Amino acid sequence: MKIEHIAMLARLELTEEENRLFSKQIDNILKYIEKLNEIDTMDIEPTSHVLSMKNVFREDNVVQSLPKDMALQNAPDKTDNFYRVPKIIE
Amino acid sequence: MKLYNLTISKAREAISKGEVSPSELVNAIFKRIEDVEEKIKAYVTLTKVRAIEEAKQRGIDIKKGIKKELAGIPLAIKDNICTEGVRTTCSSRILENFIPPYESTVTRRLKEEGYILIGKTNLDEFAMGSSTENSAFGATKNPWDISRIPGGSSGGSASAVASGECIAALGSDTGGSIRQPAALCGVVGLKPTYGSVSRYGLVAFASSLDQIGPITKDVRDSAILLNIISGHDPLDSTSAPISVPDFESVLGKDIKGIKIGIPKEYFIEGMDKEVESSVMNAVKRLEDIGAIPVNITLPHTDYAVATYYILASSEASSNLARYDGVKYGFRAEGKDLMDMYMKTRAKGFGTEVKRRIMLGTYALSAGYYEAYYGKAQHVRTLIKRDFEKVFETVDIIITPTTPTPAFKIGEKVDDPLQMYLSDIFTISVNLAGIPAISIPCGFSSQNLPIGMQIIGRHFNEETILKVAYAYEQSTEWHLRKPDL
Repeated sequence: MKIEHIAMLARLELTEEENRLFSKQIDNILKYIEKLNEIDTMDIEPTSHVLSMKNVFREDNVVQSLPKDMALQNAPDKTDNFYRVPKIIE
Repeated sequence: MKLYNLTISKAREAISKGEVSPSELVNAIFKRIEDVEEKIKAYVTLTKVRAIEEAKQRGIDIKKGIKKELAGIPLAIKDNICTEGVRTTCSSRILENFIPPYESTVTRRLKEEGYILIGKTNLDEFAMGSSTENSAFGATKNPWDISRIPGGSSGGSASAVASGECIAALGSDTGGSIRQPAALCGVVGLKPTYGSVSRYGLVAFASSLDQIGPITKDVRDSAILLNIISGHDPLDSTSAPISVPDFESVLGKDIKGIKIGIPKEYFIEGMDKEVESSVMNAVKRLEDIGAIPVNITLPHTDYAVATYYILASSEASSNLARYDGVKYGFRAEGKDLMDMYMKTRAKGFGTEVKRRIMLGTYALSAGYYEAYYGKAQHVRTLIKRDFEKVFETVDIIITPTTPTPAFKIGEKVDDPLQMYLSDIFTISVNLAGIPAISIPCGFSSQNLPIGMQIIGRHFNEETILKVAYAYEQSTEWHLRKPDL
């Protein structure tokens, strides 16, 4: 497992110490998880959800949504009616 | 009787008879908090000013003759359940200043019944943990022995109920986070069937497993709160459109002929002897009052922890992608957008949360998905089928809630796998989506509470509550209080 690659995918800047610690611990956990391979699951359906409900739809009616000022109230940085983020394009 | 030790049913009775006013009750709770909170650290946020104001209003309402189920009853809410206008942190730096602009469905329903919010209780960050040591705001202590953990992740709620810092509380349970702390703190914790209580406003950890439920001083209170919080909610698409029975009405009914499955996989070599004997004595007690124990087997039990940690971590890595420093929460400075994301998440999340995001990201990454996440979903089916098969012949299953009583603070923090294994008896229930309750069934020689887990069929909370109540009425464990 390339820990730096996973950290990049997860958008986490890890310290050297965390890299070392997580490599060791996750390796350990994965070894434990390998016990699942003892079971033959060839003909077994996967369970993603315990209830038999699928595709829950509602009528497409317009209802009131969160007002803009409230949606922006917790934003760390905002301007007018927008969230503000650091520069994306050079 | 001290006011802070009242149950919901007793407090309700005292209020309706005019013996106690909501203000007196709320003041008694805050006095208790003043006396013991420094030792216990159950709360992240206290809402005293607002609670005192609301108690006055409830008193006026009651005088006007307005009747509500929880009029003036002080409750605590786990800090991963959104309360409009009241900071909801998930015990994480990344949400330290987050004030929800909306109310969760469960707290909206409690509000409609006139409850009073005392405060938001501590948890393992984003509910990831079994000891409440993973909180960014410090560990909660077990009121029976403050050198020990209260369990987790709803450790703040369980500890607050056990120490009289609230009348009852709500928690959430993804792999045992209601039942395990309830067992270790000597109180009652119920994880309802997946889909029976709305998750709207519960900060998502593992969406296919998370469920909100009550933590209370006795079984009747559990039924009272379940009556209020369960039922279909259009705001949660996984909420089941089924009608809700009156859970309180089944309490006191006969349990003669009820078949109790005793799974051999839950009474294993090396488990704590006092836990084992307390649970077996409880089964004998139930047999004395008419239940029939049957030996059963749940053959895939040994694979539950591995299955759970893949599924829960994978779902968490996806759910927690939303904490990116843009729409809400903490933001760290970065030289560009990517750098800002990386630093925000590095500084905002604690170690256990990062570890699980890493594990989940790996399990879902290209080339590994089938081997880990896919495999775990298949094994989940087998675990679910184990229960379905057993429930063809028995009505309930009884197991210990935890393999040992509360362990010492710091004992397992350096070994995540050992910590994960402390949930070994509670995890399968979440994977199968079925309901289970933990109730007190004894004390260890060190005076630490021991919990028994009663597991039921899908949407059959009535039977587990009925059996739990019958047992509780024949014992006095639930009446013991910690000496603080």
